[in-house]
Amino acid sequence: MIEQDWIWGLVGGLMIGSAAALYLLVNGRIMGASGIIGGLVDRSGWEGGTERAAFLAGLVLVPMLVVPLYETVETHITSNLAVVIVAGLLVGVGTRLANGCTSGHGVCGISRLSLRGIVATVFYLLGGALVMALARHVLGVI
Amino acid sequence: MLRLLSALVAGGLFGAGLLVSGMVDTTKVQGWLDVFGDWNPTLAFVLGGAIVPMAIAWRVAERRKVAVLGGPLPLMTEGEARPGRNLIIGSTVFGAGWALAGLCPGPALASLTFGGTGGIVFVVAMAAGMLAAPPIRARLDRMQPA
Repeated sequence: MIEQDWIWGLVGGLMIGSAAALYLLVNGRIMGASGIIGGLVDRSGWEGGTERAAFLAGLVLVPMLVVPLYETVETHITSNLAVVIVAGLLVGVGTRLANGCTSGHGVCGISRLSLRGIVATVFYLLGGALVMALARHVLGVI
Repeated sequence: MLRLLSALVAGGLFGAGLLVSGMVDTTKVQGWLDVFGDWNPTLAFVLGGAIVPMAIAWRVAERRKVAVLGGPLPLMTEGEARPGRNLIIGSTVFGAGWALAGLCPGPALASLTFGGTGGIVFVVAMAAGMLAAPPIRARLDRMQPA
């Protein structure tokens, strides 16, 4: 099972990177999910907002159309809504303070050897591993 | 019109890649961060795979200078701000939320239509957090200018 996981991870990763390459070379934009969403949410990116909206439409609609065809896609989102709300707030605040998330800093930043992208990735991995250890193995809430 | 079509295709390909890679599966993401438990290395392959086409694209951009549909291309050699306090605090806070739910912004939207109530609640909370960020940033800057 794990052996298949890494192959699909690699294939999916290549697709993600190709999407970022397309958005960069054709539209001249950096594919950062939190930036694209955040610019619409706080209106800072309403100029050129239709391009952002079109990107997000593809991001939401393609999985909507594809997922019903396969029974293997699973999300496993926790049913503990308190955890979900806290997590969502932290992700929203954190990505906007840092000006980027896994796609912008991780994929687009590391690939251009951006010091900001590398530092951001180190800290969200550290923060994530630390909170995972605390929440799962010490507190037992997730 | 072509810009919108291209953005739609890029978003769709991103969403499909997130599905195929397993990034929408919160147990895989949490397994990747669970270094003291049953560690799942899948995400290293996802990130590694994603960096390859993008590293090539940055090099192509460096030569082209202009996007296919017009307008200047961001370049890999252009200067950027030094990593500062907000980048470090923000990334750590983001990582904490990423671990708790196993979702980051892209996969959260990709699973919006099939992630059930929890997925929708996550996206609403994330949007609220994004709205709360500018005042928090202003407060941080008042305490000690970045």
